[in-house]
Amino acid sequence: MTSTLLRAAALFAVAASLALSATATSFAETDSPAKSAIPRGLDPDTDSDPFPSTYKPLPSRPTAIVGAHIFTGTGSEIEAGTILISNGRIEAIGENLAVPAGYDTIDAHGEWVTPGFIDVHSHLGVYPSPEVQAHSDGNEATDPNTAQVWAEHSVWPQDPGFITSRRGGVTTLQILPGSANLFGGRSAILRNVPGRTVQDMKFPGAPYGLKMACGENPKRVYGSRDRAPSTRMGNVAGYRAAWIKAADYERKWDEYHAKIAKGDHADLPTRDLQLDTLVGVLKGKILVQNHCYRADEMAQMIDISKEFGFHVTMFHHAVEAYKIADLLKANDVCVTVWANWGGFKLEAYDAIEENAALVHKAGACVTIHSDDPNLTQRLNQEVAEALSAGRRAGIDIPEREAIMWITRNSAKALGILDQTGTLEAGKRADVVIWNKDPFSIYALTQKVFIDGGLAYDRHDPQFQATSDFMVGQSDGGTP
Amino acid sequence: MRALILSAAIAACVATPLSAETIAIVGGHIFSVGPAGEIASGTVVIRDGRIAAVGAHVAVPAGARIIDAKGMIVTPGLVAADAGLGATEVGEDDEAIELGDMTAGPGDGTRDLSTQAKGLTAAFDVQYALNPDSTVIPIARLAGITRAVVTPEFGFAGRGAQPREAIFAGQAAVIQLGRGTNPLVKAHVAMVLDLGQSGGEHAGGSRNAAVIELKEILGDVRSYMHNKAAYERNQTRALALSRADLEALIPVVEGKMPLLVGVQRASDIRMVLDLARSEKLKIILDGADEGWLVANEIAAAHVPVLLNPTDDLPADFERIQSTMENAARLDAAGVEVVVASEAENYRVRELRYLAGDAVAYGLPWDAALKAVTINPAKVFGIADRAGSLEPGKDADVVVWSGDPFEPLSQPTAVLIRGVEQPLTSRQIKLRDRYMDLNRPYPPQYH
Repeated sequence: MTSTLLRAAALFAVAASLALSATATSFAETDSPAKSAIPRGLDPDTDSDPFPSTYKPLPSRPTAIVGAHIFTGTGSEIEAGTILISNGRIEAIGENLAVPAGYDTIDAHGEWVTPGFIDVHSHLGVYPSPEVQAHSDGNEATDPNTAQVWAEHSVWPQDPGFITSRRGGVTTLQILPGSANLFGGRSAILRNVPGRTVQDMKFPGAPYGLKMACGENPKRVYGSRDRAPSTRMGNVAGYRAAWIKAADYERKWDEYHAKIAKGDHADLPTRDLQLDTLVGVLKGKILVQNHCYRADEMAQMIDISKEFGFHVTMFHHAVEAYKIADLLKANDVCVTVWANWGGFKLEAYDAIEENAALVHKAGACVTIHSDDPNLTQRLNQEVAEALSAGRRAGIDIPEREAIMWITRNSAKALGILDQTGTLEAGKRADVVIWNKDPFSIYALTQKVFIDGGLAYDRHDPQFQATSDFMVGQSDGGTP
Repeated sequence: MRALILSAAIAACVATPLSAETIAIVGGHIFSVGPAGEIASGTVVIRDGRIAAVGAHVAVPAGARIIDAKGMIVTPGLVAADAGLGATEVGEDDEAIELGDMTAGPGDGTRDLSTQAKGLTAAFDVQYALNPDSTVIPIARLAGITRAVVTPEFGFAGRGAQPREAIFAGQAAVIQLGRGTNPLVKAHVAMVLDLGQSGGEHAGGSRNAAVIELKEILGDVRSYMHNKAAYERNQTRALALSRADLEALIPVVEGKMPLLVGVQRASDIRMVLDLARSEKLKIILDGADEGWLVANEIAAAHVPVLLNPTDDLPADFERIQSTMENAARLDAAGVEVVVASEAENYRVRELRYLAGDAVAYGLPWDAALKAVTINPAKVFGIADRAGSLEPGKDADVVVWSGDPFEPLSQPTAVLIRGVEQPLTSRQIKLRDRYMDLNRPYPPQYH
């Protein structure tokens, strides 16, 4: 009971820090005097945000988007609606809204509007283009547990893939380490804006994710080097051993902080970055993002989470989610899937196009992801393909609900639903205007707004960002 | 000997159309991709596995089974160029390759698209391991694909191994995807070769080496074909390749078998066009991500291009100028474009979406339909039998609920050589098994 309460308190603290973090307050400045003699980096509690976001929204003006067919991301649609944007936020959305004086008006009659898409599984920046060895920074495949590495330290902000992804309507990305390891490291949640540094792109206040991986990849990578894990049972032993160590480490720090709080003397425990990340999960601050294809393995991961008192937020590439949709719903675990990908390895052999529709029908939380710099440009098509397969099976999900697979549900699974993912008053104005119904293969984005700032405009040369890498590259002398 | 004759006879039987059924597809909006053009409401008559008639005012023969296509779209079956269909069951994982690990071996015995055998390059031929029972073939049928060009690959040499030093991957074959039939339609439709970056890697680390090696090999083949008797008597100079490889390359130097050349960079494309001219080779460009930069030169050389329209990233230094508009710009310059996914396994079904993506970026809709039907049929030498709805051709026909490139459309009927195919797959059966999780007995009983 006590530990539950403590965890609830910790969660509350996270919520409070989320609210504060927009002002980029350094945790060092809020250190209690008792700790001030110790460098911030030696105590995980005083160093929970060592690489703070320096994100600044692009310039914006009060704007009204008028007349578009709007998918709100909440499961509803407005056939001809208006969205008012001011101060980077959605001020109002609805039918027949008056446009206040001084607002720029975009006539979007005959066009469509969606929330900015969220790609919950991307390796942009960590496996950028060009795909050369010097850029291959996504898998620290040197130990089955590398929970101490952070994807943001590998992100190359000049990856041209960020730009093409934005052109496809993606306004928020989760950048993950690869899946070689049982514990691959922390994810980074990014605003899809051009940044000089990764800090310029970091989503203020978004919780970290922890990449975990089931199945074939860890056992193949380490088994081939004659070390553990070389089997699926070896994988599970590896997860459990790590959580036991993490709980022990958490207890040491809790005891230390309790003593210091009472004014007693206590020796500073040695900080361990790997265990910090796992403890962040145990305290509910870091969300588990678990690469896991097979239904039976997902069920085992859920049991492990109960064994050690954490929650799996989302299973990634969950091609067999349809086999355990009821279990996922009962445990409030999201899944992220493709429509088309499958058969590229044995644990993907049972992938079906209807996966998302079946999970949605069961009432569980489903999202669509890319894991690919090309697919991320067309997440709407992947949703349409999954939806179409569902209809072929007699599961008639309306478009206004299916769009949640890359908007609302994705925001929920990243812990940022209070910020983005739907078009509701008060949220960040992440808005995409389309020339056609986004469920059509022919639909193209027209304008992409991130926090109310115009980040891409298909028809305005001024809003075609280019990567430093592309500057001065010859196009064969074509004018 | 008798057994051989018998098995040849059986093979011949299997290869002929199974159905003598007469079928009329009535009332559909037909895109024939042939002389009949587009017909707003018309009929396709199928007899003995072939198309008997296509038109707006075609009489339905007495006794014909009618497929009602009112409100539907009717097209030729799609041809998936550059596919692994029938030769791959479970693929190789990109991440595994990136990590340099393939301890389980490529596909655990289910992949036959490449070899690491020394002394076997051009002679490698995909025709002997085609598996009509592959579970991937029905997945392709459900996406309206009725034929495929099975194309060999260079493969992955295994952890820590050097790339294979062979510039040819081998010979491609055309298959048809009709259920329960011999898939092979035509072997030896193209010789697969990589130049550019990948070709350089296979030739010891430089583009130059690959070209020099290729020229030397072509010279060897000419020498061999004119001195076969001397070769058999061991009285020729040393030749770089085995006898089987030299034999396989004879149709290439004769300009009869096209070289399917993997190449991306504009300068590499120019070099390949020059090489083909000087060596009198018939070529097809595969990839050509920077093709739009040299579109006029490709068009003037009458060289077709296989491409993936969605390759728009500078994924390598040789495709810095990749763009979503490559297909549209090549088509506008007069280049014969084939849309090919190069996708393995279940993603083969994305072929129709790739065509749609090209349309979104400027390729005319009709040109996109050609790029997945008649163009691949022409380029790989089966246009006399497939690729359009024309009397006399094999009846590969798809009826769609709407625009075939739209994800919200689905095929409602797929016919291959006149036989209507079941719209099911292992995947559909898995789906049905798990549709209801509340049945008293576990899914394994369903």
